[in-house]
Amino acid sequence: MLRFLIQRAVGMVVTMFFVSIMVFVIMELPPGDYADRYAFRKFSGTGVSVTESDIESIRKRFGLDRPAWERYLTWIGGIVTRFDFGPSFAFETSANAVIGQRAGLTVVLLLGTLLLTYLLSIPIGIYAALHRQSPADYGLTVVSYLGLAIPNFMLALILLYLGVRYFGTTVGGLFSPEYTQAPWSWGKFADLLRHLLVPAVVLAWSATALQLQTVRATMSDELAKLYVDAARARGLPEWKVILKYPARLAINPVVSTIGFDVNRIFSELPIVALVMSLPELGELLIKSFLDLDMYVAGAILLMLTAIIVFMNFVSDVVLALLDPRIRLEGG
Amino acid sequence: MSTEPPGRPGHGEEALRYYTASQWQLVWWRLRRHRAAMAGAFVLLLFALMGLFADFVAPYGGTTRDRDYIYGPPQIPRFRDGNGFSFRPFVHALKTERDPVTLRKIARIDTGKRRYIYFFVKGEPYRLFGLVPARTRLFGVREGKIHLFGTDDLGRDLFSRLMYATGVSLSIGVLGVLLAGGLALVIGGIAGYFGGWIDYGIQRFTEIVRVVPVIPLYMGLAAAFPREWSNIQVYFAMTVILGLVGWPTLARRLRGHLLAQRNEDYVLAARLSGASSAWIIRKHMLPSFTSYIIVDVVISFPYVILSETALSFIGLGLRPPTMSWGILLQDAQNVRAIEQAPWLFLPALFVIVAVLAFTVLGDGLRDAADPYSVRKR
Repeated sequence: MLRFLIQRAVGMVVTMFFVSIMVFVIMELPPGDYADRYAFRKFSGTGVSVTESDIESIRKRFGLDRPAWERYLTWIGGIVTRFDFGPSFAFETSANAVIGQRAGLTVVLLLGTLLLTYLLSIPIGIYAALHRQSPADYGLTVVSYLGLAIPNFMLALILLYLGVRYFGTTVGGLFSPEYTQAPWSWGKFADLLRHLLVPAVVLAWSATALQLQTVRATMSDELAKLYVDAARARGLPEWKVILKYPARLAINPVVSTIGFDVNRIFSELPIVALVMSLPELGELLIKSFLDLDMYVAGAILLMLTAIIVFMNFVSDVVLALLDPRIRLEGG
Repeated sequence: MSTEPPGRPGHGEEALRYYTASQWQLVWWRLRRHRAAMAGAFVLLLFALMGLFADFVAPYGGTTRDRDYIYGPPQIPRFRDGNGFSFRPFVHALKTERDPVTLRKIARIDTGKRRYIYFFVKGEPYRLFGLVPARTRLFGVREGKIHLFGTDDLGRDLFSRLMYATGVSLSIGVLGVLLAGGLALVIGGIAGYFGGWIDYGIQRFTEIVRVVPVIPLYMGLAAAFPREWSNIQVYFAMTVILGLVGWPTLARRLRGHLLAQRNEDYVLAARLSGASSAWIIRKHMLPSFTSYIIVDVVISFPYVILSETALSFIGLGLRPPTMSWGILLQDAQNVRAIEQAPWLFLPALFVIVAVLAFTVLGDGLRDAADPYSVRKR
């Protein structure tokens, strides 16, 4: 097991190394460099005329005159040794300061969404497999199709609209107006949870739709197998027959795709967050791409990917714990 | 098994037809029985026609403004009103009044006047496919204006804009998927055929591309478009990045098919006969799973379309005045606009219907792709 863990951990580091190169390339892609944008931002509208030599000196200050690989090393070196993601010129502070406030909320939202997804998809998927071709099963299939077809920002907009239209509330933001400035209390905490529930539901819908069908398919395959008949023949109560054997196997594909789910959620998070004005990383990512605040954008891309890679690792470990065959093969 | 598997008749005329049919005929027969898939195909055909002949179907140009009807609600064609019944559908005329307090122009429905809807009316001139000058539009009214889906904040006809947007969004999807498919064919083909360290390298690379969340990756690439690019350039750049990010999933499936086929006897036979690698892949292996490739391509459509919509929606994809579903939805981004004009949600309906249609068609194709298998229920 230890060997397995070390192997996976090394794989994680290697993946992150290549991802960091890719992220760096993306940061370098937009036309013009950081110095141009810095000068433009700093001096535009102030009436100060910026000369080529001014830009050159800014370039020197940030080390932009050095070759790309050297800049990459400085950038990644700063992240690895000092956890320093570079400057953010849009906010005129460090990228760390901008991101720090939002990272926590992103993780909370992610975990909430995952929890909701699995709490819904596994039992419902098993139920659907047990009642195949019943009206409930067909209904769930339709819901699944819709879950995949409705773009998430649409769902967010619809909920936002319904909230405004029928409940007179704002679904957006983190707190109701009366709690925004209030000190922390149970009331404020509950208010926060209420505001996070809607985006979590929005994000969980399509993930649930997908996983539900996976669970249903695996479960149906397993239910048809002989060992289920054998268990029944031995006189086991029906709930035990189902929960002890096929249900355990039906969870495997769900666990093995945790990383995929996280990827999907992060893919949809920015737009949902934008629509619901949630101050988390995805929304900031859009802003920083629009402003070409590339150090912040790079930092967020790297962080989101790191979380995905880590969740892949978690899923490998959980899978190994659930399924001794994988554990004993050593991966 | 005592009963014949469905779709494989025992003897007689039917059987002869079945056993002499080509693979594609079998696929088609099987697909035809899949009602949902046929409905999906029909809807997509309709969308494609709407997009292709947008100029003809739309009563007005995409940027034509109706200053008298800003944020105007949809005008639903009716057959009867207080003045009785009419076989020709009509909408009520509008009259413009000044708000007595703010002096703003407001449009009021004049239930006394009818505007009958005619087919093939002469409207604004346009060039069909950018070439043929024409004036005839599919439908319209002879006096005044008709806005089936209402108008936006500038008084532009939403129905017309949706027609143009459908063309743009679908064509970007098609080009993006084709590009992704082409790349996947080449890269997945190389990986699957040669195996070994080439396969290993390509596999690791696709894994790394796949681990980065898709939409943020698109955003990063789209952010790199220079601001001064023309809309045509942005359009093609969008298809390129949709293709670039889309290929790994397809390549992975393709590789799987190839790896499974590689050790078949017919491949060995071809190689012993002196066929080159490219020839074997192209002539012998690809036809064995063309149907699967088509399925994969159709299934990947919804993702491409949703990605385009999402990117344009947040302002990192196509830019106005280009019209696409995502760009039209930009107007529905804030709650106030939706409160005042819920019909601005209509483009979303098109997105949903298109994605659903592709999904059910993909499902049907997947069932039909292997006509020699016994159908599972």
